[in-house]
Amino acid sequence: MSKRKSKETSSVNGECISQVQRILRERFCHQCPNGKLFGVQLQYKHLLELLKRTTIHGESNSALIIGPRGSGKTMLLNHVLKELMEVKQVRENLLQVHLNGLLQTNDKIALKEITRQLQMENVVGDKVFGSFAENLAFLLEALKKGDRDSSCPVLFILDEFDLFVHHKNQTLLYNLFDISQSAQTPVTVIGLTCRQDILELLEKRVKSRFSHRQIYLLNSFDFKQYLKIFKEQLSLPTEFLYKPFTQKWNKNVQSLSEDRTVQDVLRNHFHCSKDLRSLHMLLMLALSSITVSHPFMTGSDLLEASKLYRMDSKANIVHEFQKFIQRKAHSMYNFEKPVVMKAFEHLLQLELIKPIEGLSVRAQREYLLMKLLLDNNQIMDALQVYPNCPTDVKQWATSSLSWL
Amino acid sequence: MNTRQQCKRIYSWVGRAKSSDQQLKTFQYRGVLIKSERSLTEMCILPGEFVLVEGENADQPFVAKLLKLYEDGSQEKHAVVQWFSRITELPLNKRKLLQREVSPQEIFLDKGPGYDTDINVETIIKNVKVIPLAPEEAVPVRSNGKQIFFVKESWDGKCFKPLSPGLLSELKEAEKKKRVGSPSPLTDCQVFPSDFICSLKTETDRVTRSTMKTKNFQMEIESRHSASKSSLSKERHSQRVANGINTPGARKKLQLNSPTKSRNKLTGCDVLELLVDDCDALEALEPSATKRTVTFTEILGSPPKISRTNGEPDSPLSIRGDWSKLAETIRISPYRRGQDSSLKAKNLDGKDDDTWHLNSRNEEEETEERTRESRRTTKQAATSKSNSKSDTNLAEEQELKTRSPVVIPRSHRKCVQKTTARIAEQLRFLNISEQDQEDDYLPSTDCSDSSSSEEEESMVPSTPKRKTRSSTKLSTPKSSRKPSDTTPAKTPRNASEPRTPKTPRNATPKIPIRNQATEKPANVLEEARLRLHVSTIPGSLPCREEEFQDIYNFVESKLIDGTGGCMYISGVPGTGKTATVHEVIRCLQEAVENDELPSFQFIEINGMKLTDPHQAYVQILQLLTSQKVTATHAAELLAKLFSTPGPKRKTTVLIVDELDLLWTRKQDVMYNLFDWPTQKQAKLIILAIANTMDLPERIMMNRVASRLGLTRMSFQPYTYKQLQQIISSRLNHIKAFEEDAIQLVSRKVAALSGDARRCLDICRRSTEICEFSSQKSTSGLVSMAHVMKAIDEMFSSPYINSIRNASLHEQMFLKAIIAEFRRSGLEEATVQQVHLLFFFKTWTLAFVLIV
Repeated sequence: MSKRKSKETSSVNGECISQVQRILRERFCHQCPNGKLFGVQLQYKHLLELLKRTTIHGESNSALIIGPRGSGKTMLLNHVLKELMEVKQVRENLLQVHLNGLLQTNDKIALKEITRQLQMENVVGDKVFGSFAENLAFLLEALKKGDRDSSCPVLFILDEFDLFVHHKNQTLLYNLFDISQSAQTPVTVIGLTCRQDILELLEKRVKSRFSHRQIYLLNSFDFKQYLKIFKEQLSLPTEFLYKPFTQKWNKNVQSLSEDRTVQDVLRNHFHCSKDLRSLHMLLMLALSSITVSHPFMTGSDLLEASKLYRMDSKANIVHEFQKFIQRKAHSMYNFEKPVVMKAFEHLLQLELIKPIEGLSVRAQREYLLMKLLLDNNQIMDALQVYPNCPTDVKQWATSSLSWL
Repeated sequence: MNTRQQCKRIYSWVGRAKSSDQQLKTFQYRGVLIKSERSLTEMCILPGEFVLVEGENADQPFVAKLLKLYEDGSQEKHAVVQWFSRITELPLNKRKLLQREVSPQEIFLDKGPGYDTDINVETIIKNVKVIPLAPEEAVPVRSNGKQIFFVKESWDGKCFKPLSPGLLSELKEAEKKKRVGSPSPLTDCQVFPSDFICSLKTETDRVTRSTMKTKNFQMEIESRHSASKSSLSKERHSQRVANGINTPGARKKLQLNSPTKSRNKLTGCDVLELLVDDCDALEALEPSATKRTVTFTEILGSPPKISRTNGEPDSPLSIRGDWSKLAETIRISPYRRGQDSSLKAKNLDGKDDDTWHLNSRNEEEETEERTRESRRTTKQAATSKSNSKSDTNLAEEQELKTRSPVVIPRSHRKCVQKTTARIAEQLRFLNISEQDQEDDYLPSTDCSDSSSSEEEESMVPSTPKRKTRSSTKLSTPKSSRKPSDTTPAKTPRNASEPRTPKTPRNATPKIPIRNQATEKPANVLEEARLRLHVSTIPGSLPCREEEFQDIYNFVESKLIDGTGGCMYISGVPGTGKTATVHEVIRCLQEAVENDELPSFQFIEINGMKLTDPHQAYVQILQLLTSQKVTATHAAELLAKLFSTPGPKRKTTVLIVDELDLLWTRKQDVMYNLFDWPTQKQAKLIILAIANTMDLPERIMMNRVASRLGLTRMSFQPYTYKQLQQIISSRLNHIKAFEEDAIQLVSRKVAALSGDARRCLDICRRSTEICEFSSQKSTSGLVSMAHVMKAIDEMFSSPYINSIRNASLHEQMFLKAIIAEFRRSGLEEATVQQVHLLFFFKTWTLAFVLIV
């Protein structure tokens, strides 16, 4: 009887856990469109007002959103656009052009893409015909014909803005900014970039035409806010299906955030990088340890996740050695695996290398991460006094150690 | 492109010198013989004939009448000509004075003073046929070939006048003489093709939708109708009309082949008679027409009325359709009749023609005219009705009628053409579905309404005035979708999408029109923001008066002299170079309109808007002659254009913005640009704009720099006082800023760059900041604090802030780098060293934290 009951609860739990994992994973992978914004209320308001003025008053503008990677530039923009699209007046009028510096690697491609996205008349199906010069003239003519009161405002969004700066003569940027500063079709040019020195990269006449509106996103929160974000990111929404489980889960998250070890892990992480994407990665790893039998996250889960997160590469020492032998040293040596392992252990005994994580024997020996205790110069010195050093090793040393 | 140009021609005189002028050392000749090398044909051209002269656009040679041929002392063959202008050569804004559609074959006697009448004989291509027409004759349509031109009106730079009778007869005389007198080798154009006449005939018999040939037929119809009617005035009228004409075909022949004397003598008194006739007719018909005059004032509103007055069932089946046509006719006719009568009235009182511009007429007059004309058309309708009653030959009548609605509207304007086309379409539909009269009428208006939303405005002929505007809009050569729109069946918007990959050539560059109107600025701050936007074009440019005057004087003097020249304008970005130059051009154009200056052509290129320096040629050529060719070919054509003695060319003012981007390794683009103005015949004024003051010395080769000349001007960055003045003039007494705030902005910007754009941007941003915080502050004015905040936002370096916000390890790394640099004193450091230091720092930090 009791056995059967427990089985029932476990099945409910199973369903529940999979739901939890789905929700949180969506959140961590940035697929959730209504994710939360943290500490960017001012910027949000600024951008929203800016775009509203473009669409409603037909005012031309240009702005740059600057912030390090993972600081939520695109997210900010998407949030603003989402809110903007709820206004009927905007939805019917606004034309959007999305460009990405990684995709549109030169002005020619970018122009074709703009023409395609604006659905101009020289677009047939999905193809744009005509030469580069023709396309440019056509687009400029089109934008010139419009005026503030009658034509649809056009929103240009340039992702990876810094890459557009390297286009020849910055023709595209000049023209976009020039339109935004003249009485033509109302346009707003929004650039997203992670380079702080972006303004210095602009050519002087392009720079003069840019309105110098810069919206900075700098992750300017301290550890307390970081903890709060951690809590919010991990908590389940109150409208979640299984109420009692949600309560328990959220309580657990609360206690986690007060736990000493968890705080330590997070602080380490926070000091390393403030960007929220890395926090998401960490939580994702921790989330994967949640199962039916282990329904709540613990401090040790996070610790484990953080270890996993930091440990980047795994290489089999034997394979690496054999690869080196084959590629670099064009010799016919062929060592057995035990021989290689023995030599490696010898190095360990000489304390020339040392395992990073102590001698906990959880991983296989050939996959252990090691740390070199010698300096490059020391190796070079040693090689120089060693008379019978194989030339291959010498070559390796000169090629891969000297530049360091 | 044009084989005619490439094939070489040999010019020689016919006979010996006819007479010579000892003083000028010129010899006059009887004619010139043109031998074409390729086709081995010869052509003899005598003075008095009409010729084609090479122009800038090879497809559209100029038309002129040869007056004199002579050879000067240096053995060069010269010709004196009287110019004729095609419609495309006339300024756009003047074309609408004509108020009708002009066939491409129609030319105008050019009486303007602008062009040199002395040309080189070698620019003559061949002779051509030009047929003078009396003012009320219409230009016949001819589809095959282009070699016949028709002249009807003269153009003196300000307005169009019909050819004076004397001149007309003279021209015709010349025409006749030529036909009789010169059996010389002829091209096809001189043999008057009989098939032309035939084609015309067949065309008249067909029910065509074209409105081009209107006039003659209308008269003919009138005469026929009136013949059956025994009103005295009508008879006289018909007599006059039938003076030279019996049948349409014959009339054509007469007009084209041998103009009758009577036509030539149709002078003032005839016109007077004509008008009296019309008035008589009007009076006679007035009572019956009153009803319908109402319908004209509200054309759209009251179609049923028309149908009621017309709708007496006579021969129900055949006539029903016709009535609707007539109703349509009435709808269309008032406007062009109005125009027509004004023309006649002009002749009548012999006033100075200039005063008679249709658009300058006041509204009252216009309506009066309209009512008069409406009566006329009513009369017409009535006559045709009576005709149908008398019913002599039903079949013939029927044919006549079907023709009449199409034929009557004489207005050549496109929008009317379109409506007629649409109406015709509608009618065809109606004839099939024999519905009731009242019902029939309305859909036709619906039909024109149902066209795409943006076209709608221009299509619905609500008032004549509206029509004029729309017609000018439509006549701009841009619409590629016109053809698709004339047939209502295809009107859905997406139909305008090109169907074949070739179409982008004529695709219209445009951005969709917004659905909702823009909101007007609601408060002072928004108003101020609007005015402070860089795009707003200020009424005047403060603080650049001196520069403005200099540039103006330069261009003006060159324009007056008819020579060319270059000017180099430099200055840092945002100092108003381009704005000033544009302002100069605007003022010059105004002066041209007031006839203070000879007219000029203005084109502009921007180095930044070109994909390649050589594209400059393409753009210039396209702007000059609207030809589209490749860069190399364009360069050749332009060189030819500017270096040959162009007989008929206006001065060209060319603005080259961002000159430095036209730099190529060989500098050929720049060289050509600055070389052309130095040629005598070029008449090219170049205003080159760039940022660097010493650009000519720095990047140009000596030969280029030398051609650019020393006419330089540099725009100094604005001082704070000037910036202050710019802001205040833009604000124009709107109280949105504190005085101190404006001063702060201008001082800050002046200290940094003197860039007016920056200054305006800061002001705009500070209004926004003010708006955000205005809930608290009481004044609502932009204060120093707001401006400071805006300046901080724009100019403060982001580095300190971003370093402050970097994570601990990132900061440590930066510290390690600095420590390493300090330690080694070198500019370069190895990663290993930095790495070591970084670890050292982290450890010490950790140690400190633990302890």
